[in-house]
Amino acid sequence: MSNEQPSDGHRAATLEFRDATKRYPGQEQPAVDGLSLEVPAGEICVLVGPSGCGKTTAMRMVNRMIDITAGDILLDGSSVRERRPAELRREIGYAIQQIGLFPHLTIADNIATVPKLLGWSKDRIAARVDELLELVQLDPHDTRSRYPAQLSGGQRQRDGVARALAVDPPLMLMDEPFGAIDPINRERLQNEFLRLQKEIRKTVVFVTHDIDEAIKMGDRIAVLKQGGKLAQYAPPAELLTFPADPFVEDFVGADRALKRLALQRVRDIDLWRPPLVRVGEPVAEARAKVADSDLPYPLLIDDEGRPLGWLSERGLAGERVERMLRSSAEPVVELDDVLRDALSDLLQAETQYGPVVDARGRVAGVLSVEVIGHALKADPADVPSGADSLLAGE
Amino acid sequence: MISQLAQVQIQDRSAGDASCVADNGFCPSWIAVNFDRYVDPLLQHIFLTVVAVAIGFALSFALALLAHRRRWLIGPITQVTGILYTLPSIAVFFLLLPLTGRGNVTALIALVGYSLLIIFRNITAGLDNVPRETKDAGRGMGLTDRQLLWRVELPLALPEIMAGLRIAATTTVGLATLAFFAGAGGLGEQIFADINFKSNVVVAGGLAVALAALLDGLILLVQWAITPWTRARTV
Repeated sequence: MSNEQPSDGHRAATLEFRDATKRYPGQEQPAVDGLSLEVPAGEICVLVGPSGCGKTTAMRMVNRMIDITAGDILLDGSSVRERRPAELRREIGYAIQQIGLFPHLTIADNIATVPKLLGWSKDRIAARVDELLELVQLDPHDTRSRYPAQLSGGQRQRDGVARALAVDPPLMLMDEPFGAIDPINRERLQNEFLRLQKEIRKTVVFVTHDIDEAIKMGDRIAVLKQGGKLAQYAPPAELLTFPADPFVEDFVGADRALKRLALQRVRDIDLWRPPLVRVGEPVAEARAKVADSDLPYPLLIDDEGRPLGWLSERGLAGERVERMLRSSAEPVVELDDVLRDALSDLLQAETQYGPVVDARGRVAGVLSVEVIGHALKADPADVPSGADSLLAGE
Repeated sequence: MISQLAQVQIQDRSAGDASCVADNGFCPSWIAVNFDRYVDPLLQHIFLTVVAVAIGFALSFALALLAHRRRWLIGPITQVTGILYTLPSIAVFFLLLPLTGRGNVTALIALVGYSLLIIFRNITAGLDNVPRETKDAGRGMGLTDRQLLWRVELPLALPEIMAGLRIAATTTVGLATLAFFAGAGGLGEQIFADINFKSNVVVAGGLAVALAALLDGLILLVQWAITPWTRARTV
């Protein structure tokens, strides 16, 4: 693997655990027991499980921070066991919970750690540092010469990611990278990382104990249980729909149906087509529309196609449609809302259905509790993974 | 030359203000006239202190690096250097006399022995205080053990290492005042040459105190210059 070309941010490797096992002397149970799974290039694989399930051990075996007892791990088809640990690690991005930025080095020098080990020229390093800081949305001019102690937790986290990406590694290892960050910033950093990942398409092994984070971040999720055994390896929607055993079912939580709703957006499902009527329209036409549609209630819209409210029977009493509303259009749901939020809106408004609008506010359909129920029965293969769903509308 | 100085007694109190000297007071005029006689002992004192601390640092540093890789050595090294630390220096001077004779070598051996524990313990503590996750990140990025030591662990241990040097330097200045028992001169020789004469004791003692303060300040200055990150303000 050459690190000599300028990076274009698109190198990614396949990773395969082949019956990888770690046994510590004097311990009856192995820490990781015959782990076999494949991570396709460019995907995020989340290792998740309760503490003591061996998820961190499994991750650390990849860059030989922990040596494998039996089995093998293949990076782009070649065994990590045959590599010299220090060299191997320089090719694998590494970001951990406490970030581990070197407190005595400036941000620029921190990011330059691996490029310096690889003997890059000064100019090349300086250019790369600026490029990376911009990539993680930090102002290079302002950040370069600061020390880690002078930055906020979120900024340090981003620098940690920038440092891990310094030599454009084809694989990144991330151990609870957002673990020490408050919930609001964690959410932001997660979204930011997913956006970044969309750009750089690295293969990522991501360790967390938080199933919600796993569902959000993972293209694939490996659930590990006590004794380092793999309980299930599947994309998030499949994991939530068909948990392989009672352990996984319990671990993903009793609200797994709701969690699955967080993976889908309103635009991903089949909406009802309501009868759309305008003020002044002949009542006969309006009635024909009502008879034709999925829904017996006409929805009054303005000239731009924006919802005004649900028409009452009296609005259809004359020759032409009059503005007589039975109820307002609330709640109005947007196509880019995730289903969980949309459902919450419906429940909060104590109503069965709500109009769905596109980015310009025009009615695109109607969402109902029934429609959401249908979506939950859909084949999990049709449900996008967390990362795709999250970014679909952006 | 140094041992010759030991023979010289300050018998000549006549220069300067005679009545002040006769009253055994603090006599600035006598000091002004007689200051020359303190220059060589002061230089000798600086020589003893700097060389002892330098050798002590080199030995402690080597021991600390050894013990950093082989943790089991920390106990034995602490015990041995602890014994050297607690032995009274004067006793060591006399014990060494038959082996190394009178002079710098004897004095330096005792002074170095005394400084080992202080510096060793501080280097070890400094290395131990490097955060686990910082070391883990370094290793995970592909630093070899040696690179980790020189690029991460030692720089981060600098504040503790420099603190150890400061203590070692100031205590060595104090102990070196006894070096004349080993025939190595220094300011102590001047003090004990006429310990009843206040002006003499004040000048010789004052120079020792000033030297300790100066070395302390110098090391502090160096520390300030080489650990800029410790001054980086948290936002």
